[in-house]
Amino acid sequence: MFSFGDIMAEALGLILTWDRDLSEIVLLSLRVTFTAVAISCLIGLPLGAVVGAFRFRGRGTVTVLLNALMGLPPVVVGLFVYLMLSNAGPLGILGLLYTPTAMIIAQTILVTPIVAALTKQVVEDLHGEYAEQFASFGLTARTRVAALLWDARYSLLTVALAGFGRAVAEVGAVLIVGGNINHVTRVMTTTIALETSKGNLELALALGVLLLGLAVIVNAAVMALRASAVRAAYA
Amino acid sequence: MRDTVIDIRAESAVAAHPLLAARGLSFSAGGQTLIHGIDLGIEPGKRTLVMGANGSGKSLLLRLLHGLLTPSSGEVLWRGHAPDRGARRAQAMVFQRPVMLRRSVLANLNFALKVHGMAGRARAMRAQEALDMARLSDLAGQPARVLSGGEQQRLAVARALVCEPDLLFLDEPTSSLDPASTQMIEELVNAAHARGVTIVMVTHDFGQARRMGDEVIFLDAGRVAERGTLDQVLGAPRSEAARAWTQGRLYTGTSH
Repeated sequence: MFSFGDIMAEALGLILTWDRDLSEIVLLSLRVTFTAVAISCLIGLPLGAVVGAFRFRGRGTVTVLLNALMGLPPVVVGLFVYLMLSNAGPLGILGLLYTPTAMIIAQTILVTPIVAALTKQVVEDLHGEYAEQFASFGLTARTRVAALLWDARYSLLTVALAGFGRAVAEVGAVLIVGGNINHVTRVMTTTIALETSKGNLELALALGVLLLGLAVIVNAAVMALRASAVRAAYA
Repeated sequence: MRDTVIDIRAESAVAAHPLLAARGLSFSAGGQTLIHGIDLGIEPGKRTLVMGANGSGKSLLLRLLHGLLTPSSGEVLWRGHAPDRGARRAQAMVFQRPVMLRRSVLANLNFALKVHGMAGRARAMRAQEALDMARLSDLAGQPARVLSGGEQQRLAVARALVCEPDLLFLDEPTSSLDPASTQMIEELVNAAHARGVTIVMVTHDFGQARRMGDEVIFLDAGRVAERGTLDQVLGAPRSEAARAWTQGRLYTGTSH
């Protein structure tokens, strides 16, 4: 029976020697997460900006829907994407089930409402300040959205960070649609769950440490960027 | 007893070919009518001051004329026609509290020029001219929001003027500024006027009215109480509201 200290020492050894399997898992996790967050931002930022900046019929319903979807259960999303991509599903012909693409799709569905809902709030506040000036400029809707997103860009970094946090820590959906296949769809969270159940705690702990470290590094980098940018441009 | 509203049309205050005209302009909100069927014309090249007590509808009237608010009834005409996109581009407005984009001083000017369709070298030259005019060249790279209140308002005026509007609205642009900053704003506005820009400005400041006004529209409770030249309205006011104002008396208005 190993002590926690022994397991930790082995886990750190795996990290320091940068085990090949470990690196493969980490890199796939990063690829899936960053791609999903990027796609979510492409969809969620303009969507949130439009809902935040314009009054239109059904706006309240859209807002409630976005806020509700922020709390989407990952396993339900996983099940939904699984049904869509399985051979019997409407998108089964694409053959995407148990691929990183399926995992990206699932994470995108989870993260997009978060990005959109938080963007809506940021942009709504900024638009309250800018609305009359923009109306005086006679801006088109497109220019208005673009200007709001640009001027809110540092606040929106935090929004993207919230999406990243959700995606990188997600396990239920990617497990269902990815299948946790070794060397194909195995990411940090699914590996931690699997290796812990197998009693292979060194790899699980090593990945846990890396996951935590990654979250801290990305948060710190974004916050530092935001702080310096805020000092330079907002005051 | 309500003071008699001086009929502005009877005084020929409405120009035959006004740059901007209001016809029966009314505005209601929250079940209250705040602007009551105002008719007026803004003559090109003039400096028109909108004056009156707090709550008389000065800022509201400015926003209606500029098209920021939709009137409950009546209409605003630009050169005799319903305002189109071109009308908006020919107008600019400076607000009481300057709205600074979260960008540098120069980028604020560039944004205004860009949305007016100006690009390349012409934009850079125009922005630099505006910086020089507003004496903000040394602050071009600074974030606009770190400027002092006076500098921000100068930038707001410069940004409004950089696209060379035909008509500039100003809503109490110097109400929170010190005399030095006020003087600089007035110089910018007067220089624009000298270049042919029509000015419509809300002010509470009697001295500023003397310095800046060609004619005055005096509002009382959402109605034009009096309109005429500066000397007519401030020198020999006929409405009780304007008379009280010029005499420094407390005037609580009348029920309409």
